[in-house]
Amino acid sequence: MKIEAKNLGFRYDGYPWLFRNVDLTIQPGEIVGLKAPSGYGKTSLCKILAGYEKPVEGEVLLNGEPINSKGFHPVQLIFQHPEKAVNPRWKMDKVLNEGWRPDQSLLDLLGIEKEWMTRWPNELSGGELQRFCVARALGPDTKFLIADEMTTMLDAITQAQIWHAVLEIVRERNMGMIVVSHEEKLVQRLCHRVINLDEITSRM
Amino acid sequence: MPILEVEDLSISFKQYTSKWQQETLTVISGLDVVLEEGEILAVVGASGSGKSLLAHAILGILPGNAIQSGTIKYKGETLTSARQEELRGSEISLIPQSVNYLDPLMRVGKQVRASAKSGDPVTLQRDVFEQLHLQEGVENLYPFQLSGGMARRTLLSTAMVSGAKVIIADEPTPGLDPVVIKEALKNFRAFADQGCAVMLITHDIESALTIADKIAVFYAGTTMEIAPVENFKGKGEALRHPYSKALWNALPQNGFTPIPGSQPQSNALPPGCLFAPRCPIATPACGEARPEMRELRDGKVRCIHED
Repeated sequence: MKIEAKNLGFRYDGYPWLFRNVDLTIQPGEIVGLKAPSGYGKTSLCKILAGYEKPVEGEVLLNGEPINSKGFHPVQLIFQHPEKAVNPRWKMDKVLNEGWRPDQSLLDLLGIEKEWMTRWPNELSGGELQRFCVARALGPDTKFLIADEMTTMLDAITQAQIWHAVLEIVRERNMGMIVVSHEEKLVQRLCHRVINLDEITSRM
Repeated sequence: MPILEVEDLSISFKQYTSKWQQETLTVISGLDVVLEEGEILAVVGASGSGKSLLAHAILGILPGNAIQSGTIKYKGETLTSARQEELRGSEISLIPQSVNYLDPLMRVGKQVRASAKSGDPVTLQRDVFEQLHLQEGVENLYPFQLSGGMARRTLLSTAMVSGAKVIIADEPTPGLDPVVIKEALKNFRAFADQGCAVMLITHDIESALTIADKIAVFYAGTTMEIAPVENFKGKGEALRHPYSKALWNALPQNGFTPIPGSQPQSNALPPGCLFAPRCPIATPACGEARPEMRELRDGKVRCIHED
């Protein structure tokens, strides 16, 4: 499905605009890099697209329609810090199955081991936790994926493993994806094109 | 001259597996690493390989259920917990990995100023903020108002104003944009060139290569290889351990090739070489005994094959 952002603007109350007049369109199957210096509102933009924040101005459309705010959100966001994105008081199997029940083949693809299911989040490393967050976000109703510094905290081998798995699923389901990363080399490797946030926004 | 020496360090945790049963998990075993004056040592490796625990062991801030053996020496003197308490925050400073280490209820400028031990804290803090491109108003913000990159730069600032001799930086760069990374790394280099030392724990091998002198490669709680930075080039032919090579070749700029499997869990470590189950050149001999660390071509390696 095509995702469109129309004239988005965002600010926290009483603070200057983070960005304004942001327009972007991403086609299904397209993998797009999003770049900007830190503090320019990349994460805020991702949160708006995924429905975690409401834009102060403008709207987000999926296939030309506004997104229903009830139920499963078709745009799923994977955060930079998995340890902050899981409930510390839930064991991993509960975390994993919160939205849907991922099948064994997905778990294998992501390298999620059975023993991890009975652990608490603080007993797993960042790379292990992030695999759960990826699996959790890839439900059948997910139409669009946003990876906000998804593998920034991970070592190169784990990073390559997770990306190969995600790319396989994204291609198979013809999903669109936004990749936010500071790693130039990774963005070059993954993305069809790159959007520079400070070139498409005005901060007035 | 070595400023920090870690010899044969092992760390285990006592955990309850059920109400009455305890289990000891060994997460770091036989780890050796030396930090020289004026040197930047990068520690790279898989997440969960014990990189952060090493940092916490040096500072003596492991949790209460940790059991530690082996020795850690600072300036030739064995570190006792009393000595560690004295040194941390003054001579040895840690930049923690998680941005959760910031006090959520204190303005960040104040937090940074609290670690300045000499000079005018306000001037020191403002200078460092300027160097790291944190704008003027930032000092009056609370951590939740900062972006991930800004929070990380705040953590960096606390170590930089502290006047320490050794900085242990635990993943200081993720999520920062290249300009700021360069600035932060330049600061580390300048700091080391004054005769201090930096242990840079990171998985950003590429940035580490630009400033570090040596790289220690960790896997499953031990050092697999210690190599001079010059060895990290091409397809990794000059590297000594198959794991280092796999890590190098998994980088997006060098092939992006993952090897299958994952690092063994600490309660299910293989009896022999810790990397053997995933190693492309493993032989039956690899499964028999843990290889000793040995000198090889200007570096060290824990592998029986390479020569």
